[in-house]
Amino acid sequence: MSTDPMTGPAAAPEMLSRPGRRQRGPLWFAWRRFLANRAAVAGGVVLALIALLAVVAPLITPAGPNDQDFLSEALAFPSGAHWFGVDDLGRDFFTRIVHGARVSLTIGFAAAAFSVIIGIPLGAAAGYFGGRTDWIIMRVIEIFSVVPPLLAAMLLGALTGGGFWMIVAIAALFGWVQVCLLVRAQIKAFKEKEFVRAAQALGGGPSYVIRVHLIPNSISPIIIGFVLAIPMAMMLEASLSFLGVGVPPPTPSWGQMINTGLDFMYFYWHLAVFPTIALAVTVLATSLFGDGLRDALDPTMKAQ
Amino acid sequence: MGRPDRIAPGDVPALELRGLGKTFHLRSGGVLRRRSTALHAVRDVDLVLPRNGILGLVGESGSGKSTTGMMALRLLEPTAGRILLEGTDITTLGSAALKPWRQKMQVVFQDSYSALDPMFTLQQVVAEPLRIHGIGTPDERAERALAWLERVGLHRGYGSRYAHELSGGQRQRVAIARALILGPSVLIADEPTSALDVSVKAQIINLLQDLQQDMGLSILFISHDLSVVRSLCDRVAVMFAGRIVEAAETEGIFGAARHPYTRSLLDAIPQLDPRNRRRRQFRSREDLAADIPVLSRAELAGDVAPSDTPRLVPVAPGHLVEARVTADPDTRSGA
Repeated sequence: MSTDPMTGPAAAPEMLSRPGRRQRGPLWFAWRRFLANRAAVAGGVVLALIALLAVVAPLITPAGPNDQDFLSEALAFPSGAHWFGVDDLGRDFFTRIVHGARVSLTIGFAAAAFSVIIGIPLGAAAGYFGGRTDWIIMRVIEIFSVVPPLLAAMLLGALTGGGFWMIVAIAALFGWVQVCLLVRAQIKAFKEKEFVRAAQALGGGPSYVIRVHLIPNSISPIIIGFVLAIPMAMMLEASLSFLGVGVPPPTPSWGQMINTGLDFMYFYWHLAVFPTIALAVTVLATSLFGDGLRDALDPTMKAQ
Repeated sequence: MGRPDRIAPGDVPALELRGLGKTFHLRSGGVLRRRSTALHAVRDVDLVLPRNGILGLVGESGSGKSTTGMMALRLLEPTAGRILLEGTDITTLGSAALKPWRQKMQVVFQDSYSALDPMFTLQQVVAEPLRIHGIGTPDERAERALAWLERVGLHRGYGSRYAHELSGGQRQRVAIARALILGPSVLIADEPTSALDVSVKAQIINLLQDLQQDMGLSILFISHDLSVVRSLCDRVAVMFAGRIVEAAETEGIFGAARHPYTRSLLDAIPQLDPRNRRRRQFRSREDLAADIPVLSRAELAGDVAPSDTPRLVPVAPGHLVEARVTADPDTRSGA
């Protein structure tokens, strides 16, 4: 205990003094935490490289993805001319794999975007209003958690005949649950905060409070939900395409290629190995990146 | 715009609570054997906050003083009683009808950290009331917010900063600016200084005092810090277990407390003089709850019918104490 400040003169007021040096924000610390996580950084770099390859695919590949330019060399092993070999229909396999990344990533990001679009309003409503609204939304989520996604997706895929947008829709249908739960938990925690009460005391209605205060403060769980929905959608697409109810041929899809590759596996290993590696590396990189983001943006570590 | 233009006459208090009560129903047990227990957080609270005055509301944690403040703001719905703001009953107004009245009554909270949105710049925080009520253009709002930052003693350079960059005292200044930018007549201050250092506390109290005089504010000052209450408030109401047990002018409470709970609160103030230090006795809640003063009619300042149920009775002009009233001094049962 030091001397009693009550008895001394009041400390010099901080009246109108200019603010000092700007302090680092929570995002800066999140970025530092992310950089300290090597697996996450590696995942992010690999994901960025794959995305770059997907974008510039036509520039770096010798032929179109569906061009049967090398029929005479069908099933050729990897070589200097065909890095990943040639497939059974005479198409350059490297071209197919790179173009498959386009399909995988597009489906992953599109499904994650739709997951977020469905998950945010439902999670916000459940978390903010509670009571009956929360009860109904939670029961819907329970239905989705009880049904095995792959079985339901197979049923829906078989009924609708698959196709690109159908798979995006199916993946979003199962992806929003995670986003919704994350957003709901965050909003439940924040709606009792005093800045929310202050806004209510000022006359801000539910839509104002949710839009202006609660959703911007849920940006971390939203980013996490988005990134974690991507590998799930990519896996779902690959599974459905493997089973023949996903993206129809000739559109290059890794799941489809793995399926074809299985038929030739004992003699032409490259047809099964390369798409499997491509899928595994992409899903792993996205998952590591997402986990790293989640750890870095964890609100309980913000005060560090 | 849409502001209540009815000018109340001078004798109407800024804020009046009549018989305000809040009962929570706690459910326990499973689906089959559901029990419901009623918890009376606040019971039958009458408070009058005069214009241009500061009323202290003191009591221990859980005595219902913050609940009373939240009900007065209509942030918590009362289960009984009425809230009169400048003579108008706002107890049952819907949110749209209430919105203009919200400009007249604002709040400052205890925890200045969670009171400011971490994603907002301070200028956005202070301008938010204007934004919600659609006052001015964005540029005008920003300018008024910066002017208010200066008025509460912060350089306008803080306008682009975020709450986490400030100290507790600075954040509380921002919260006060936000509460007052609409020019309310009533400010409910819910323990605004209890999270602050002693020297910063004094600055915030001075700021509140200055603003109160400048704006003619009426402040309901909720606190458990009796030294602050004594220096700031004109009148003090003491809450215990959800009821008001004593209310008087500040010096009446600090000089001539009658209720045993008020006395035990005053005893809890630390002594500055070491010679007055002693091992302090703290009475239990149950003990205090059972110890209801018994007063004879002769001791009262007004004509009150004898009653066996405790209620607030005047013992001096303006000094109310919760007590049982007996007809004759001889029948006192040893309070």
